[in-house]
Amino acid sequence: MVKKMKPDLSVRIGKLVFKNPVMVASGTFGYAEEFKDFIDLKKLGAIVTKTITLKPRPGNVPPRTCETPSGMLNSIGLENPGIDKFIKEKLLPLGKLHVPIIVSIAAEDSPQEFDILVTKLDKADAVYAIELNISCPNLLKDKLISQDAQDTFALVSRVRKLTQKCLITKLSPNVTSISDIALAAQNAGSDAVALINTLGGMCIDVNKRTPKLGPWAGGLSGPAIRPVAIKMVWETYRKIRIPIIGMGGIIDTESALEFFLAGSRLISVGTANFINPQASVEILAGLMQYMIDNKISSLSGITGRLKTCKD
Amino acid sequence: METTRLQARIISNKRLTGNYWNLEFSSSQIARYARPGQFVNIRVNQGTDPLLRRPISIHAVKGSKIKLIYEVVGKGTLALSERKPQETLDLIGPLGKGFNYQLPVKPQPGQNIFIAGGMGVAPLVYLAEKLNKPLVLIGARTKKQILCADEFRSLGCTLQLATDDGSLGFTGKVTDLLENILTSTIDYRLSTIYACGPHPMLRAVSLIALKHNINAQVSLEGHMACGTGACLGCVVETISGYKRVCKDGPVFSSRELIW
Repeated sequence: MVKKMKPDLSVRIGKLVFKNPVMVASGTFGYAEEFKDFIDLKKLGAIVTKTITLKPRPGNVPPRTCETPSGMLNSIGLENPGIDKFIKEKLLPLGKLHVPIIVSIAAEDSPQEFDILVTKLDKADAVYAIELNISCPNLLKDKLISQDAQDTFALVSRVRKLTQKCLITKLSPNVTSISDIALAAQNAGSDAVALINTLGGMCIDVNKRTPKLGPWAGGLSGPAIRPVAIKMVWETYRKIRIPIIGMGGIIDTESALEFFLAGSRLISVGTANFINPQASVEILAGLMQYMIDNKISSLSGITGRLKTCKD
Repeated sequence: METTRLQARIISNKRLTGNYWNLEFSSSQIARYARPGQFVNIRVNQGTDPLLRRPISIHAVKGSKIKLIYEVVGKGTLALSERKPQETLDLIGPLGKGFNYQLPVKPQPGQNIFIAGGMGVAPLVYLAEKLNKPLVLIGARTKKQILCADEFRSLGCTLQLATDDGSLGFTGKVTDLLENILTSTIDYRLSTIYACGPHPMLRAVSLIALKHNINAQVSLEGHMACGTGACLGCVVETISGYKRVCKDGPVFSSRELIW
């Protein structure tokens, strides 16, 4: 009898071990309660929360979403209850889910807000890791922290001193060279980088001659941006050594595998959660099957295993 | 589990009139849990364009059969109109907070006023089955766009119609009809208004209800991405901040909304 092989899906970021590499992306999964009717949340590798800011934010003026060819624009504007209410009301139920909880945070006005946010989260046991969202396009700023390698380095090195918890830096694709920014995050002590956040975009209602989104522009996500994301992951993979959490238009097992082959150690399902709330667990099952079918015993057998002309 | 994602069999999908279509599918799960004012979120095809599901309100529940009425307005609803009987429909439902109503202890015809604009009739027929013989006001641009009049009649409802071009019933806005009724008779002072239709109509209904000190429940449309409350995309401004049309609504008390 042939012994049935069960692939090892576990993966490490810094000192942390994740039982599998399938996460759900910030802003696409609420605080998880909206998904408990659809999937067994315990199956997920990790849940990344909706981004939290220091003060409560009402979010941007509607309309906040707009469908585009194979994608969507959003400008939610980080609507959230603020860190104190989040810790008081949302973190406890999240902690009871028995899934690693990664809390996404952002600063509104000054990068110093990250210091306070990190210090508060550092004390919370339910927080498995912290994601520094320095790449949200919907705060209507002229420049994002992640659009400058020096700013990224300065921010990450400062908050690195404030916590032992795992730090993930989420990067914007709206840059000349994302791998340079990833390198800056690595050199500053980030345990991993997550890429890509949404691409800046805009849609116009030609009859009204107005933008289709309330705040005129937003971030593009969904399958439309996947080729851009794959290329950025591959470029970055060749330049850094810390793990990459790959995302951008992952909708099924095949698209998730593209990200692994391009160099992602973990992947994050985002917009697909809106279309199919079960996408994440279906991808996890598909990944397991792919590894069994191809006799791959662990994720190192696919991560970055892209064959190129030079090989 | 009340809300689920499921594959339902299409029973029929036919043109009603003009761009309006009628789709029937089978789902005992949704039939069991659905309430008037709730909706289902449909993946119109398996591709990625259109990417997002289309939210459509539940029009009727008969046994395990669910009926929807939708208007073909873009590529999503066009793709839906191309779906054939016996095919399976990937849908999530029932979703949202429906109309808030109490079953009348003693039938009192006219206790409730329904007001619908165009497609807005769809969820109100379902509600009319639960409430006793409401007064129903339906408005549309023209006679051909007055939908479901016979369905309301067969439920014993009193009907008043309004068309912009005067091709049927009162010439003018259905909200003018509402204003006339409330001004001329005192019988409706204790009524509740249930409204569904285009946003400007709902805004007018809300103002009239406020003026006559009558409660109104309005069912809104929203640009939804997820339909389940996760994305915060379809929010509407209320007296207590932004609320989600998909999860906190689509039915709201008109006094709660900032128009």
